[in-house]
Amino acid sequence: MKCYVGIDLGSTTSKAVVLDSAGEVLGRGITNSRSNYETATRVSKLEAFTSTRLTLLRRTLAEVSGLENHIDSVVAALENNFRLELALEQLGHLQKNCRLSAEHPQFSKIQESLNKALDEVFRRLEIQMAKLHVPGVERKSDFFRDLAGSEYMLIAEDVAGEMGLDFDALINLYDKSIIDVENTPPADDIEEKFLRALDRAIKEGLDLPVPVEDIAPPIHEALDVELEESYSVGTGYGRVRLPFPKEQIRSEILCHGLGAHLMYPQTRTVLDIGGQDTKSIQVDEDGIVVNFQMNDRCAAGCGRYLGYIADEMNVGVHELGPMAMKSTKNIRINSTCTVFAGAELRDRLAMGDERSDILAGLHRSIILRAMSIISRSGGISDQFTFTGGVAKNEAAVKELRKLVKENYGDVKININPDSIYTGALGAAEFARRDGEAR
Amino acid sequence: MNQNATEEIVKESSMLKQKAMIAENYENLTSAHETGRKVAATFVPGNLNELIMCFDMLNNLPEINAINNGMRKKSGMMVMQAEKMGHSEDVCTYVKADIGSMAKGSIAPNGKPMPPPDLLLLSYTGCFTFMKWFELLRHEYGCETAMLHVPYQGDGVVTENMRQYVVKQLKENIIPAMERVSGVKFDIDRLRENLRRSAQAEDDFVWVMESAKNKRSPIDAYFGGVYYIGPIFTAFRGTEMAVNYYRTLREEIEERIAAGKGPITPDGDMAEEKYRLVVEGPPNWTSFREFWKMFYDEGAVVVASTYTKVGGVYDFGFRHDPDNPLETLADYCLGCYTNRNLRQRTDMLERFVNDYEADGLLINSIKSCNSFSAGQLMLMREIEERTGKPGAFIETDLVDPRYFSAANVKNRLESYFQMIEQKRATAAVA
Repeated sequence: MKCYVGIDLGSTTSKAVVLDSAGEVLGRGITNSRSNYETATRVSKLEAFTSTRLTLLRRTLAEVSGLENHIDSVVAALENNFRLELALEQLGHLQKNCRLSAEHPQFSKIQESLNKALDEVFRRLEIQMAKLHVPGVERKSDFFRDLAGSEYMLIAEDVAGEMGLDFDALINLYDKSIIDVENTPPADDIEEKFLRALDRAIKEGLDLPVPVEDIAPPIHEALDVELEESYSVGTGYGRVRLPFPKEQIRSEILCHGLGAHLMYPQTRTVLDIGGQDTKSIQVDEDGIVVNFQMNDRCAAGCGRYLGYIADEMNVGVHELGPMAMKSTKNIRINSTCTVFAGAELRDRLAMGDERSDILAGLHRSIILRAMSIISRSGGISDQFTFTGGVAKNEAAVKELRKLVKENYGDVKININPDSIYTGALGAAEFARRDGEAR
Repeated sequence: MNQNATEEIVKESSMLKQKAMIAENYENLTSAHETGRKVAATFVPGNLNELIMCFDMLNNLPEINAINNGMRKKSGMMVMQAEKMGHSEDVCTYVKADIGSMAKGSIAPNGKPMPPPDLLLLSYTGCFTFMKWFELLRHEYGCETAMLHVPYQGDGVVTENMRQYVVKQLKENIIPAMERVSGVKFDIDRLRENLRRSAQAEDDFVWVMESAKNKRSPIDAYFGGVYYIGPIFTAFRGTEMAVNYYRTLREEIEERIAAGKGPITPDGDMAEEKYRLVVEGPPNWTSFREFWKMFYDEGAVVVASTYTKVGGVYDFGFRHDPDNPLETLADYCLGCYTNRNLRQRTDMLERFVNDYEADGLLINSIKSCNSFSAGQLMLMREIEERTGKPGAFIETDLVDPRYFSAANVKNRLESYFQMIEQKRATAAVA
């Protein structure tokens, strides 16, 4: 099966989208960029192909009569067990690396007890991983480093205490070993992993209204489809790091314009507030960019600014919006300078303002800056599509709606739940068009 | 030696000539004390070089010194020095580079100190910063200052009154001041001779710039253009050296056309002409090579630019006229790009986009230039509307390296080039 891939390497996250020949979205994948674009590319693509496989599974399972109301649970079980397979593979790799690291002369005196401790840590980690991959359990992240990292710390502390061993030594081993694990792609057996995931799900007692024999063939059918990466196009800040020839690299402005057009064909103005830039793009009826403006080198008021504020307040970035929504008083914040984000916040707190009010003011000032960039690009024409990480922030959206109404009247504002994939979707569509034309 | 290498040397002869001219000029300037020659400091727009030469004075241009320091990566420290002295972040960075350079001993590229000016000749042609800049210099040097007030073309026309107003000042203020400072009596025939040579060089200069109408263009009229304007915008207009330089340059370009070659770049001849652009605004000097590369790597050639008109607009027929020496100097000053209003600038850009068959207009807006950044977005939209060609906007600075963000500029440029490509593809389908 022909697959067209778009990859958007952003400053914060990297996204991949897979399209089929008809332009239908088959899969989406996302990972943290962590300034390592090679790994980010690989992981986001792997995620997108995994999600593609799940889409195919969904399609074949839909043909099984009697399964109609259980497709979601079957697919969820498969996905969870597939992710567990992936995590266990990486866990094995991590354990091997830790053991190798323990051979370092600095540990010669405690090597034996370290190895024992490692065996115990990884035994418990495996159990913990399995618990994290049970349907219904919400994982904070699907990134191995995030999952393994936090669990390793907790377990290693317990084990070190129980065995009278130096906790720092166990941390040291982990730190030395994790990067290699993170930078090593999973073994090339995605389909086998799905099959093992199926076995595991069945063993755990998959709740099925039909006999297992009925679902095995469609699952095999979906897994047997060969996914051919026919053509790819890359975009985003890290695009030059992609191992693609020049013609397969597109500007993120064009990709966002086209992506927004595909999501909402009536879109004429697109606002994208990403990690370190804010773009306002005007597109025509075919999604072709006719004008754009973006922030200059100063990233004031971009997503990263909210990141700094969250760090300063010691909360998650996703918590800022809900906190700002509790505001009862208007506070005017003039500076959205990322460098002074902390200072601005502390100033306001020192003056006795409430955190929620300060945050609401900060969100408003971000949107005010975006409004200025929008007006420089030619203003807002109906319909208006808001994309990027900040589009997920309810307080930012609230201010945007207010300011759009004040300045441009009644305009239809589109915010797609998958808006973070807009650039990757545009890139994938470019890949599809170029690939089909070849 | 292969044929290409031989050609390369021939092609570079105008460059070598210019390099030698600039080196000689700096030697003359830095030895002015020993030779007893007087120095006039003045600006590129409204530069009265033919007149300055009538008094055996040397012409020192602070903007050019700032550009030189920018290209040699020295301006950053100078700008910061000026900021330390109290000049704010928003002040024109040419000014700050100049002030900072003075604080560091005004060292010329030949390593010798520049002499203090004997005359500050302010030919005021539309940039209000010039006046403040010279006010600061006057405070520093305490030397004689002569101001030629050139009326702004607010209504887009030059009237006889305006012309006579400038001529009157030349007669009554400027020339007497120059006589006083230099001790040389004004000789109008000497001025006529200088002007005759100016006109001669101007003909070849215009021919060279208009060669960009060829498809493919043998020159880059912005990045290459800043070298081509060098002699005619600075201390050489009206000299035999400039006449020779432009003759040589013209011959080189004729050869390039005959050989079907594109513009010369720091990495050799440009391989392919994919995009033809008109550019408004000066280039960034601190990352000049890197900035240029972003264009030629993508096959983008600048076929016309307004920056190559700041020291005189010759495109629409004006030439220095030896038969009307003072009136022609007045016309020259009145017609400088900086002295034209927004509508005139828009008309000029529209003409460039059409006459040079460009794919669109790119504006490089200068962060620290309050004078000319105003109205640029309106100008871009107007050109888009009039020509139907897409515009784009980037932001950099003159000589403050802190304001150049390579990734950001490259991102916008690539988006623009791809936007042009996409528009073409759609037009082809339609």
